[in-house]
Amino acid sequence: MRFIRKTHYKQDIQLFKHEGQVFWYGLLAAGLLAAPFLLSDFYLGELSLVFIYAIAGIGLMLLTGYTGLVSLGHAAFLAIGAYTHAYFLAQGWPFLLSATTATLFTALIGGIVGIPALRMTGIYLAVATLAFAIIVEQVLVHWESVTGGFRGMAVELPAIGALALDGSFNFYFLCLAVLVVSLWLALNLLRSPTGRAMTAIRDSEISAQSMGIHLAYTKTTAFAISAGFTGLAGSLLAHKIGYLAPDSFTLLTSIQLLLMVVVGGLGSLHGVIYGAIFIGFLPQGIAVLRDTLPSGIAQIPGLEPGIFGLILVLVLIYEPLGIYGRWLKIRSYFEAFPLYRKAMHKRQRSYLRTERLR
Amino acid sequence: MSPQPTEKSLLAANGLTLTFGGVHAVDDVSFSVEPGEVFSIIGPNGAGKTTLFNLISRIYDANAGTISFEDDDISAVPTHRIAELGIARTFQNTELFEQETVLRNLLIGQHVHRQTNLLQEFLFLPSVRKQELAFRKEVEDIIDLLDLQHYRHQVIANLPYGIRKMVEVARALCIKPRLLLLDEPSSGLNPEETEDLSFQIEDINEELGTTVIMVEHDMNLVSQVSDRVMALADGKRLAIGTPQEIQQHPEVLKAYLGD
Amino acid sequence: MEVLQLLVSGISQGCVYGLIALGFVLIYKATEMVNFAQGDLMMLGAFFAYTYLNLMELHFLVALPLTIFTMAILGAFTERVMIRPMIGEPHFSVLMLTIGLGFILRAAAGAIWGNEPRSLDLPYAGGVIDLGGLIIGYENLVIVIGTAMLCTLLFLFFRFTRLGIAMQAASQNQLAAFYVGIPVKRIYSLVWAISAGISAVAGILVAPVSLIDPLIGFIGIKAFAAAIVGGFGSLPGAIVGGLIIGIVEQFAGLYLPTGFSDVSAYVILLVMLLIRPEGIFATMQQKKV
Repeated sequence: MRFIRKTHYKQDIQLFKHEGQVFWYGLLAAGLLAAPFLLSDFYLGELSLVFIYAIAGIGLMLLTGYTGLVSLGHAAFLAIGAYTHAYFLAQGWPFLLSATTATLFTALIGGIVGIPALRMTGIYLAVATLAFAIIVEQVLVHWESVTGGFRGMAVELPAIGALALDGSFNFYFLCLAVLVVSLWLALNLLRSPTGRAMTAIRDSEISAQSMGIHLAYTKTTAFAISAGFTGLAGSLLAHKIGYLAPDSFTLLTSIQLLLMVVVGGLGSLHGVIYGAIFIGFLPQGIAVLRDTLPSGIAQIPGLEPGIFGLILVLVLIYEPLGIYGRWLKIRSYFEAFPLYRKAMHKRQRSYLRTERLR
Repeated sequence: MSPQPTEKSLLAANGLTLTFGGVHAVDDVSFSVEPGEVFSIIGPNGAGKTTLFNLISRIYDANAGTISFEDDDISAVPTHRIAELGIARTFQNTELFEQETVLRNLLIGQHVHRQTNLLQEFLFLPSVRKQELAFRKEVEDIIDLLDLQHYRHQVIANLPYGIRKMVEVARALCIKPRLLLLDEPSSGLNPEETEDLSFQIEDINEELGTTVIMVEHDMNLVSQVSDRVMALADGKRLAIGTPQEIQQHPEVLKAYLGD
Repeated sequence: MEVLQLLVSGISQGCVYGLIALGFVLIYKATEMVNFAQGDLMMLGAFFAYTYLNLMELHFLVALPLTIFTMAILGAFTERVMIRPMIGEPHFSVLMLTIGLGFILRAAAGAIWGNEPRSLDLPYAGGVIDLGGLIIGYENLVIVIGTAMLCTLLFLFFRFTRLGIAMQAASQNQLAAFYVGIPVKRIYSLVWAISAGISAVAGILVAPVSLIDPLIGFIGIKAFAAAIVGGFGSLPGAIVGGLIIGIVEQFAGLYLPTGFSDVSAYVILLVMLLIRPEGIFATMQQKKV
């Protein structure tokens, strides 16, 4: 077990709490910077996709994991970010301006969606966001003058000034940089009053209010921030897939994003990363699985969503805290060895007592 | 019997009434609380004590009557503005932020003193850093006052009930309130913890100069710390007076013991 | 006449939404859990009916109870295996779990029955009644009558049987119900069984109107909208909400540009959530502190 001697309150608000963390994160950074020189184009592309998922995941995690508002419609924000970016690029806007506009525009839409969400909790909100996503999907199909309808629209190649960012090498660094900045912003938010207000709302709305937290304002802000991150991820995703069509942003995409934050571990940014890696490499895993399975089973259409569903169910039943939660348990097992007991991570359950009248 | 309001009451309720589908939860209740006193509200279960708290902290809207705080009418102030005005409360069954540490719970109590805006917080500018350190300092003072040093980094969900109760008081104090509402602070505490509580309430009242309104069943605690006591029954005010007066008041005895 | 014709198909479509919504509401009322896989249970019910009717060529009157029974067993089994470990977990987890369940069921159905659309060999399929120009298909008529009968049955069950009343008690306070000796766990299984049985009926009723494939479960989302419009937790509300959405959808299809019909259910839902979030038959209350 590690004991840290604290001599100043500053130590509790630093991003890295002790030298061990600095060392491990430094090693990770070195690895990520070296990766493009070691990996093939294919895996570089996959890693970029993981980074993009992670950025969107930060958005969803802030909303669902930290503010406690469930969204079943985050694919819509991904789509809005992607289409807005592609549209403005096609109008001849420079890359940075276009991506920023797409991010801010998505955040604005997120804020607007958040307003009716103020009066809803839990399941109502989840369904409202789902309805919103389905409506957005239909708009993408029918607003042909902007989105190209079913035909879709091509995305211009990314470039900042004269620097082309389209090759897998450059694009990798673009995604990595955006991810690092996004993480930094999210961490900052979480260690300041707004982030705490969000977690307060998650745990108890009524006492959050009594602590002077403006529910409507904080929830709308959370929605806007969440949508903003997801929109940013969308604008990168546009380049990754190169050609936008409505069927890239369906209910399945929304569920995939949720799966990512749940499997990774709700309420932690580590979880976002683990979840993104999981989601990013799952298709490869399934492809490998298909090769090894007898062809009768392997050829099942819809096998992939089915496996998604199965994993989701298993995680929720056996490890509701996700990969990150499992990692914490493993770590404390070794730290406390041989004193570890299961009860160290026992979770509290609450029993139903309804507030309904009938 | 009830003392007349002095020159300036901290909190004054006038004819407060709230009905839930025909049941008078609070029925025409008037009282005033003077700056610096410890004011207890007692009464049998269902007398409307907690409802009265919910009215003062603006979780419920009154059907009739007014509440004023420092001569300002607060009957229509939105719930989240109450803390800013200087009124903090605890809850009967604790409403803490369960998945957070004690420290973060108390820092949320500092939310009303936030000076920074969202953009500054996103970039964690020096102003935010400075504010965080100042918040932490304030929080540590409260932690010292209530002896919570040991639990600082523990998650609420893992704490025993008695400690949670104290954390909730601490969180309310982080608002730096002028008026503190304690809803059954001793429920679920053992006799020893209740004893500690009485000293802590006195500390809060004397060292921080905070006025306290307390809903409480434990008459020992009430008579130890209260300056004045109000007895409620069936939503109506029975009597106001010193703890001794109330304990001998015929109406109060009747409400508790029956005819 | 055209309006009447639309109304008729709207009502019959609405009844299907209402029936699925009924399944949602039942589970929600009893356990405060939301079963997002309700539409997929309906899909499964339709496929079982297909197996019994088309593949095994059983008589309709044998196949109907057999389908309901199969689905009820499956519902209880799902509760036992997946839902019971989740008692006491946040509602959100259960919601996610049932979404996952939906994906599994869809993949399983695709694996077992294939992805081609199928139709059921129903004895009443194809016939029509002509009411002076107003054409009503037998299948629409059966949907409406079937829904009415099922609702009456449920009403009687909850109002007059010991079990029904015990279920209501369990839905209001788990611990209290447990203390007075109501077998809460068994009741949960039973609720899931009933709910799955209802969706089996919905599946059979909807089969002649829209062909069966593993994806028809998606109309569960519209049914969900119906449940919320009606006021989540209210049984009559579920049917009323279903009817509203079914009827509006038909009219939007005719009078509004393409695309509006598909989203009309969701637009109604959002509008409803904005103006009266508690639904037509409100059952929610603010949390007590």
